[in-house]
Order: sequence, then structure tokens, then C-alpha cells
Amino acid sequence: TVMAAPMTNDQSWFYALALGVSFLKCLLINTICCKCLREDKGKDLLGKPSFILTVLLLWNFGLLIVDHIHFQYNGFLFGVLLLSIARHCQNRHFEGAFLFSVLLNLKHIYLYIAPAYGIYLLRCFCFTQSNADGSLQWRSFSVVRLVILGTIVLSTFAVSFGPFIALGQLPQVLSRLFPFKRGLCHAYWAPNIWALYNIADKAFSILGVKFRLLDINKLPKASMTGGLVQEFQHSVLPSVSPLATLVCTLLSILPALFKIWHRPNGARGFLRCLVICALGSFMFGWHVHEKAIMMAILPLSLLAVDSRKDAGIFLMLSVTSHYSLFPLLFTTQELPIKIFLMLLFTIFSLASLKTLFRKGGALLNPLEVTYLLGLIPLELICEFVYPLTVWQKTFPFLPLMLTSVYCALGVTYAFIRLYISLLTCSDTTKKTKMQ
Amino acid sequence: MENWSLFSLCVLLGLTSRWAVSFHSYSGAGKPPMFGDYEAQRHWQEVTYNLPVHEWYFNTTNNDLNYWGLDYPPLTAYHSLVCAYVAKLLNPEWVELHASRGYESHSHKLFMRATVLFTDILIYIPAVLLYCFYFCDGSSKQKVATALCILLYPGLILIDYGHFQYNSVSLGLALWGILGLGLGWDLFGSLAFTLALNYKQMELYHSLPFFCYLLGKCIKQGLIGRGFFQLAKISLTVLVTFALCWMPFLSDPKQPLQVLHRLFPFGRGLFEDKVANTWCSLNVLIKIKTLLSRETQLFLSFALTLLFILPSSLKLLSKPNLWQFKLALVNSSLAFFLFSFQVHEKSILLAALPVCLVINEIPLIAIWFLLTSTFSMLPLLVKDGLLLPYVVTSLAFLFLSLYLLSALERSTEEELRLGLYRKLTRHWLPKLNLSRIIKWKFWFSLVAMAALSFTSVWLEPPAKFPDLFPVLVSILSFLHFLGFIIYFNLVQLMEPQRKKSQKKTN
Repeated sequence: TVMAAPMTNDQSWFYALALGVSFLKCLLINTICCKCLREDKGKDLLGKPSFILTVLLLWNFGLLIVDHIHFQYNGFLFGVLLLSIARHCQNRHFEGAFLFSVLLNLKHIYLYIAPAYGIYLLRCFCFTQSNADGSLQWRSFSVVRLVILGTIVLSTFAVSFGPFIALGQLPQVLSRLFPFKRGLCHAYWAPNIWALYNIADKAFSILGVKFRLLDINKLPKASMTGGLVQEFQHSVLPSVSPLATLVCTLLSILPALFKIWHRPNGARGFLRCLVICALGSFMFGWHVHEKAIMMAILPLSLLAVDSRKDAGIFLMLSVTSHYSLFPLLFTTQELPIKIFLMLLFTIFSLASLKTLFRKGGALLNPLEVTYLLGLIPLELICEFVYPLTVWQKTFPFLPLMLTSVYCALGVTYAFIRLYISLLTCSDTTKKTKMQ
Repeated sequence: MENWSLFSLCVLLGLTSRWAVSFHSYSGAGKPPMFGDYEAQRHWQEVTYNLPVHEWYFNTTNNDLNYWGLDYPPLTAYHSLVCAYVAKLLNPEWVELHASRGYESHSHKLFMRATVLFTDILIYIPAVLLYCFYFCDGSSKQKVATALCILLYPGLILIDYGHFQYNSVSLGLALWGILGLGLGWDLFGSLAFTLALNYKQMELYHSLPFFCYLLGKCIKQGLIGRGFFQLAKISLTVLVTFALCWMPFLSDPKQPLQVLHRLFPFGRGLFEDKVANTWCSLNVLIKIKTLLSRETQLFLSFALTLLFILPSSLKLLSKPNLWQFKLALVNSSLAFFLFSFQVHEKSILLAALPVCLVINEIPLIAIWFLLTSTFSMLPLLVKDGLLLPYVVTSLAFLFLSLYLLSALERSTEEELRLGLYRKLTRHWLPKLNLSRIIKWKFWFSLVAMAALSFTSVWLEPPAKFPDLFPVLVSILSFLHFLGFIIYFNLVQLMEPQRKKSQKKTN
């Protein structure tokens, strides 16, 4: 974003106040969330899971720079999301469903996680009981609950969309909400599967031209790397259409949905499925913005303070995706801020989670540590060395491409690990303490 | 959590708050023809880069001393020269002789801010960390908490990264001096302090305690024998350092005289602008500036300053240990601030540094003083457009330090060192709960400062007294400082140091 004119003092006060309010709301929600956690009495403040969780949520690097520098209102929205999750953890499902419908009407990107909500509520709430081994008891279906849930959701949507339906503007609203003309990738590629797909396509096309397998004149012009938001075609691999991405997304989240339908794991399973839905949609979605990764990270923070494996996955995912947000702040003035804040958050999350789970070995294996350390030379090359070279003028997009491809590897790895942990976790509904 | 992570988090928080403040406006931004301190620093880079050394402090056709002439000792000039070389590499327009006057641009501001950050990271921050590591009582968590509170002191951040100065260099060097003396490395400490003195002449406020401490130590080692040799070595170090710093100016006898004339402008009068010291506050009631002659003013100022520094220095001479040294630094710099000639409101930072060093022993009073010192600079900060950072950093400092250092819990009479006050009131008011009174006064003063900050920004002063709010701010701060100087003098002169930490003294 480019600032048209420097802000006056009054304007900056207003924005400070507005963000302060959203921050406070986040704070409020946070305290409720922390009540869901297991607490060890007698530990000092820095070691308490609730304190760690509070700092991880409030000082989340992504949230800080996107909301308070780049400027959006995500803090407020994530507050509503966390509150909704908390309500489900506390078994107040009607409130949770209501909050989620409100959230959907505030920002439709939360459609990414709607399937998780839908399946979970259907399975755990509308079917009031499960058998002893955790499987579905068909006879315990409660029509009343389904109807009430339906009413809550539909009435929220009615209040939100009502005026526009009355004015007959619904198609226009929908076309604004879902703009498929914007191209497979954003101007800066989000670190998802399509970034890897794009780079593979580019690599094949270059190799093909080199080995005379392809005619350079027949290839479409390089428009993906132009840094513009538009539709384009791939040169070697098949082009991807919006429908294809939708199918891929659905395929990626189906196993997770099936798992919680088959053997729900209470609130923790729901949370895990939610994270996977958010990540799956991020990985395979159409025109995904890199900010969308936060929808996966913030709920994952809740899981991270509870289990060792999740803490390891959280560290891997959060550091990688926070680094992928660096290109959002591109001016020199913001460079120290983003480096300091990133280091702050990374050191805190590493040190506190390590202390929390000090029994049981290291949180990250050597390969993961090497990968994360590789971010440092990447940053040095992209921000300090590359601008001083000749290639800055001819290939200005190269550092961004490098960043997104490197991060895409990390994000994909975290996705796979999360999936494995969901599919292999045993049923602990009786033992879970999140109720 | 492990130590290294806590310390690095502490440093990162300090750095983030510093750089965040640097986004804001600087002194004299967009205000021709004179601009402000920022332009002064830029001008010095221009002068030192383009002109030969013997012209730096003189009024020549190329160097107009009326437009921000150099008025700091040579080390500042050398520092500006080094910055100028870097500036020339990045953009020669920034230091063009004459043509770059009033140069303002976004990239230039970034460059200047970056130079402050660089020297801060190099000099001040390591000194603070080492101090807390070696000289702080308590667990490592306590040390990190103290380091964080010192690093987040709003006054220094706002002046260095907002208004624009390089106080972190002189204060950092002085802190290295204190560190050196504390660790028993007298020569290193003297060297560091001499460098600080050669960076900003205001460090003279700290010089008497340094002198008395070293002299006292040498006397204790025996004036005939080891002590004498030690004294000789220290004096030699100081003289050599001075000679090295002033070397380019020693060729011609006119040079050092002119430099001294620029450093100590006695022609400028008792005070300038609104400052929270005695003369400015007294001037509200009786116009001493016009009533008394210049000689009488000088004499009065000299006498009162001496009156307040002598007891503290003599006590330090007799008992040269670190605790006495820190308190003597506080007393000496506060005395100079309150009673000396031509004091600027920024000089309160010289008193704030030693108070930061006692923040772990007397947290409540130290925090109170540090907040008052920031408040006393409010008119300057408002003029520079730094209101938002002032509010945010002060509030953050208040809450963090009260919480991390448990200031309100550690406020029994013994911990607040109110022994003498207790003795005085024992006969007339034996049941007085002094600790509670102090806490009430603390909260009341905070409310008064907050209220005055609010009114001076949002309300219009009456037409008859356009300067009402700055004057009220300085008078309120002055009354606080008067109370503090009496308190710190009593603590240094009467109270013994707590037995627990006596083994740290040397």
C-alpha cells in the first residue's frame, strides 16, 4: 500500500484509538480462551501455559504487522473467531454457532473453515450421543438442535444480506465477494502449492527451451512474474482454473472432515480439523493472499501450548509464514521494525515452548532447525545483497519468488505433519480436559 | 526461560520502542529558517566534512557560528565527521557546504535515525546490560527486569530518537566509566569518563563524584605508596586522553580558548526558556534575571551549587564505595541542574542516568523521579510533535516497572530509606505511616502530572498568560526535584546501605 500523503496528527490519533479498541477486544477474548486450558498451580508467570498463550496470541507477529502497520482489522475478527472456538470448547454451541455466522458475514474468507464447523456441529451437537467406542449413534439425532442451529445461521445471513436481496443486488454483491478474474496467484505469490506449481512450470519451460523441446515463440509471455494481478496461462504444465482449485481444496480437507465425523476427538479434534481446513484452503485456494495463513496459525497457538507435537508444528509453521509476510512491509523505515518484531516473537515462542515442554527432548529436529536457520541468509540476500546487484533491474521479482517458494516448502511440510497427527491421534474424548 | 532468551527479548523490546519512536517528528521539522537540533547535527556534519579543523569553532565566511555553530567538545565534532563520510557515500547533497542548509528528506531522516541507533547499540545498550549483569542484586530474572526498565526509560528514548540528539553516546560512555570503577578497573573507568567529558561538556555535572571517588580510593590505599602511584596513573590517563582528543587544537593557543568560549557561553544569561530549575521558577515570583547583576547571579548560582554538592562529595571521599558513588552522582547532577548557569531541560537526563542505576534498590522513588524527569520535558516534546510517543512510552514504563520491580510491594519504611524522616517525626507524630504517605503522594503526583499533560495539550491558555502551561509544568517539576534532591542527600548522608548488599561494595 502506498501512502498518498503523510497522515496528520489527528488522523493518527484516530487510527491509534480504533486499533486500540480492536486490540482490547482481542484481549478480552483471550482471557476467556485461557480459561479452557489446563493450569498448573505454583508455576511462575513465564512458565504458565495461559501466559504463554496470551503472548503468542497478542504479540503474534503476523497480526501486529498486518493490523497495525499494513492496516486491517484482523485483530477484531480473530477475536470473534477465538471467542467462537472458546464457546464450543465450553459446550455453549449455540453461542459459538452464532458468533461464527456473524464472523462469516464480516469477512467471507472464513468460509475456508466453515466445513469444519459444519461437520463438527452436525456430528457432535446434532447427534447428542456417541457409542462407547466413539462411533456414530444414528438414533440420537436431535431435529430440534438442527433446526435451532439452522435458524441462527439463516437469520444472521438474512440480517446481513437482507437489504441487498431486497434491492436485487445479490449477484453484484457475490461477484464482488468472489472475484475470479484476479488470477491464480496474487501479485506476490502466497507460499502455497501454486507457488511451487508456478516455479515448476517456469523451470520446465526454461529447460524445454534449452533442450530445444519447446519453441520459444509458442510460449505465452512471462506475465506471472510481472508483479501484476491478472489472469495468465502456464507454459508447460496445464493451466489451473478456479474449479480445479476448488476440487483440490475439497479433496485436501475431505480426509480431515471424514476423520472427525468418524471418530470425533471432542473440542481438540475440532480445533485440529479447523486448522487443517484453513491450511488446506490456503494451500490449494484460488487467489490466496499470504495474510490468510494467520487463520491457521492463531488456532494452532491454542493447540501448541497443550501438546509437544503441536508445539513443534506450530514453531515450524509460524516462523515460516511470518517470514513470508515480510514483503508486505517493503520500505526501508519498516525494515528494523519487522526484523526486531520477528526476532521477538520467534525467540519468545521458541524459548517459552521449550521451557513448557522441557521433558521429552527437542521440539524441532535438526532438519527443521536447518530449514528455519536458512531464512537468515535468505533475508540477507533478498533485502540487502540483491538490491545492490545488476539483476535488480532486470529481474525485480526474483527475491519475492525465492521467498514464496522457500516458505511454500515449509508450509507444505507443516500441512503434511498436521494431517499425519490428526489421522493417527487416538480417541481421547473421555480424557480431554478442554471441556 | 533461559537467560539468553530473556536478555535478548529485553534488548529487542528496547530497540523496537526506540525505532518506533524514531518514526515521529524531530526537533525543528519543517520550520525554517533555524529549524532545530536535528538540523544542528546535520550542519555539524557539513562543517566538519568541508572545512579544515582550525576553522570548525571559528566564525569565518564559510562557518557562520550564529547558525548552529559547534558548541560541544571535539569528540562530537569527530563523530559528526565520521557520520559525514557515510553521508557523502549515500548522498553527497546531504553535506554540501552551504547548499545543504535546511535539507530535509525521508531518506535523510532515516540515515540520521540510523546513526543514533548504531551508536546506541554500540555504546549505551551493552553498558546497561553489563551493569545489570554485574551489579544487580537478585536472581537473573530480577537483572533482566532491571535492564528492561532502564532501557525503556522514556526520557532518553524521546530525546535521542525523537527530538534528536546523541545523549546515548555521552551517557553510555559515562556508564562505561561507572562500570569500570565498579569493577575496580580505575584506568579504564577514567578513560571512559574522560571520553564522555570530551563528548559533551555537561558531563562535568558528573565529574566531581568521579574525582572524589577515585581520590578517596587512592587515599584509602595510602597517599604515600600505592595510593600515590594509582593517583598518578589515573591523572596521566586523563591528561593523555584530553591531549589526544584536543590534539588538532593544540597547535595554536587561540584554538583551545575559542573552543572553551563556545563550550561555556557565560554571556547567555542565567537561564533560557522554561526549565524546571530554581532560577526559572524563582523568576516567576521575583524577576531575578533583571533584578540582580550578572556577577551577583553568577555568584549566587555558584554558591548554591557548591552548597548542595559539597556534603555529598565529602561523604563520598570518606567512604568510596559503589552505593555512595551512585548516590553522589545523583546528588551532584541534580544540584547542578537546579542551581547552575544556563541549564537546559534536557540536562535532567544527566541526573536520570544515575537514578536508573539505583532503580533496583529504591524502585518506587526511582520510578517516580524518572517519570517526573520525562514530564518536565513535556513542553519541548509537545513542540516537537512527540505527544503520542510521550504518552505511550511513559505509560508503558510506569506499568512495566511498577510490576516487574514490585515497586509498590517493596515500599516499607526501611526499604524506602525513610529513617531520618521517621526520626524527625517521631516526637510529634509517632503514629504516622510514612510508607503509606509516600505511596499516596506518588499517586497524587502522577495524577497531577497526567492532568497537567492533558490540559497543556487540549486547553487553550488564557490570553493574559500565554505561557501558563509550560510554566506550571516547570514549577511542578521543580518542586518534585527539590524534594528528590533533599531525599537523595539524606539517603546518602544518613542511611547505611542495606546489610544484604554490603558485600558488593568495593
